[in-house]
Amino acid sequence: MIRRNVLLYGVLGGVVALAACGQSEKGINEVGPKPDLPEIRETLLPPMRIAKPVGWGDETPRAPEGFVVTALATDLRIPRQMLVLPNGDILVAEGRGGGAPALRPKDVIAGVIKKQGNTKVNGGDRITLLRDADNDGRAEVRTVFIDGLNAPYGLAYVDGRIYVAEQDALVSFPYVEGQTRITAPPEEVTRLPSALNHHWTKALTASADGSTLYVGIGSNSNAGERGMAVEEERAVVWAVDRSTGARRTIARGIRNPTALAIEPSSAALWAVVNERDEIGPQLVPDYLTSVRDGAFYGWPYSYWGQNLDPRVRPQKPELVATAVKPDYALGAHVAALGLSFARDGGFGGVFIEGAFIGQHGSWNRQDLAGYKVAWVPFSGGRPAGEPVDFLTGFLTDNGEARGRPVGVWFDPQRRILLVADDLSNTVWRVAPAGIFPAR
Amino acid sequence: MTGTAGLGRAVQGLILSFPVALFSLGTATDAAYLRTAEMQWSNFSSWAIVGGLMFGGAAFVWSLIDLAWGRRGVLRLLYSGALGALCLVGLANAFKHSQDGWSSVGALGFTLSALCCGLALIAGWLRYSGMLDEEASR
Repeated sequence: MIRRNVLLYGVLGGVVALAACGQSEKGINEVGPKPDLPEIRETLLPPMRIAKPVGWGDETPRAPEGFVVTALATDLRIPRQMLVLPNGDILVAEGRGGGAPALRPKDVIAGVIKKQGNTKVNGGDRITLLRDADNDGRAEVRTVFIDGLNAPYGLAYVDGRIYVAEQDALVSFPYVEGQTRITAPPEEVTRLPSALNHHWTKALTASADGSTLYVGIGSNSNAGERGMAVEEERAVVWAVDRSTGARRTIARGIRNPTALAIEPSSAALWAVVNERDEIGPQLVPDYLTSVRDGAFYGWPYSYWGQNLDPRVRPQKPELVATAVKPDYALGAHVAALGLSFARDGGFGGVFIEGAFIGQHGSWNRQDLAGYKVAWVPFSGGRPAGEPVDFLTGFLTDNGEARGRPVGVWFDPQRRILLVADDLSNTVWRVAPAGIFPAR
Repeated sequence: MTGTAGLGRAVQGLILSFPVALFSLGTATDAAYLRTAEMQWSNFSSWAIVGGLMFGGAAFVWSLIDLAWGRRGVLRLLYSGALGALCLVGLANAFKHSQDGWSSVGALGFTLSALCCGLALIAGWLRYSGMLDEEASR
């Protein structure tokens, strides 16, 4: 009997110790230009926690005092990134890509678990057009703008053409203002790396002068565990010449750049980037960074500059020595997927200069992180100050998920922020109350 | 000896042959990974360990049923104990091998694999030597 108790307590103690390893520590600063980087903690049992989807019911996301939130469109088919055209029409890319085959038993099990936190709807593989000409928060026109795409994600508009980053190619379509459906065949600008597509999303933005298209291409693994042969031209940002399709790799080791945007005052390229998992609940912070030409951001060999990831062998000390630190940490595992800068005065008040950041939310830490749209204030084209919650309520008090934000888009003409929610398949519109009628 | 008993012993032996073979394989592929840092070796280990664990678990349950049916003895307890320990260590090893890159094996992963291999060989020795049956017939 005594022996049995010893065994029982031993097992219980072990389980508690294992679980404790997955807990976050208080007092760790996970955000800003100089985040705290705790010691690496690898646990035998990965500390997965999926927020159970429950839907919105009659609720909406919560914005700061003085803003009104409405559902501009519902029943979409996995909305990701958005684009507002010159005439105010809103394009929404819908789809789900990827499908890298399971390499280990872990991939099979983790896939089943992560699926619990996602929508059950099939990806649209299309772009939907929404028109709210009277800006009342209800789209009076809704059409399938472009159909038959292959997991479209990044969108850009330059000079009469719509650019779409599908999971395997950057394509363009001719566009005439006011058009609500495009049936013209796509014109290929360039193929994009698509083998495996562990991280399948291809982020896209155009340079301020429109001559260059920037494409964000995610890594093919968490930390190189599929071997480095499959990481050729992965975890990079490409600069693609819009007229010729010629491309140049301008940043490397940038694990998963999920959204790209041009900072309006400096015309510099910025990205939000998802960092690696499974070395602790507070490692490694996802980040917001200017994309410096020629820079190596460390992945997979090191993180946040030159902090070595011991899981990667063989190591590359000479490459790690060149790794640069990103500009601004957003928090570990928040899964930043959306980036849009305020421009032309933004919303006024404290929301004049800065970036809205959609955070899809964590699965790799016990204390859920992300599940909101944050605001990072800028000054002189650089982050200046603590991030602020802008749109919340995506989690219930019980830690269930009503929605998960992806792409964000600030439209300076109408002074609205659009937020794509790929769990409830909604596009949310956030507008200042009173200035524009909300209903 | 009845036909049924022979059949049961054959199936039990076949089930046990999987952990014996797979945990030995896993130890070898772990060693290959540690020598080469070639991820595919570690992937082989992962599958070998999970396979070994599933069949090892089945053999363990069967041995418990045997014990419950009253076929007891020191060697049978030892056999069950070895398989039980194999399941525990094998499970820990499966989780260890689910980590990424070098952490999927490393010194701890290789040690766990070698331990699993040893436990599977002990269980195999007890069963295939016929010692368990001798004990039962005494």
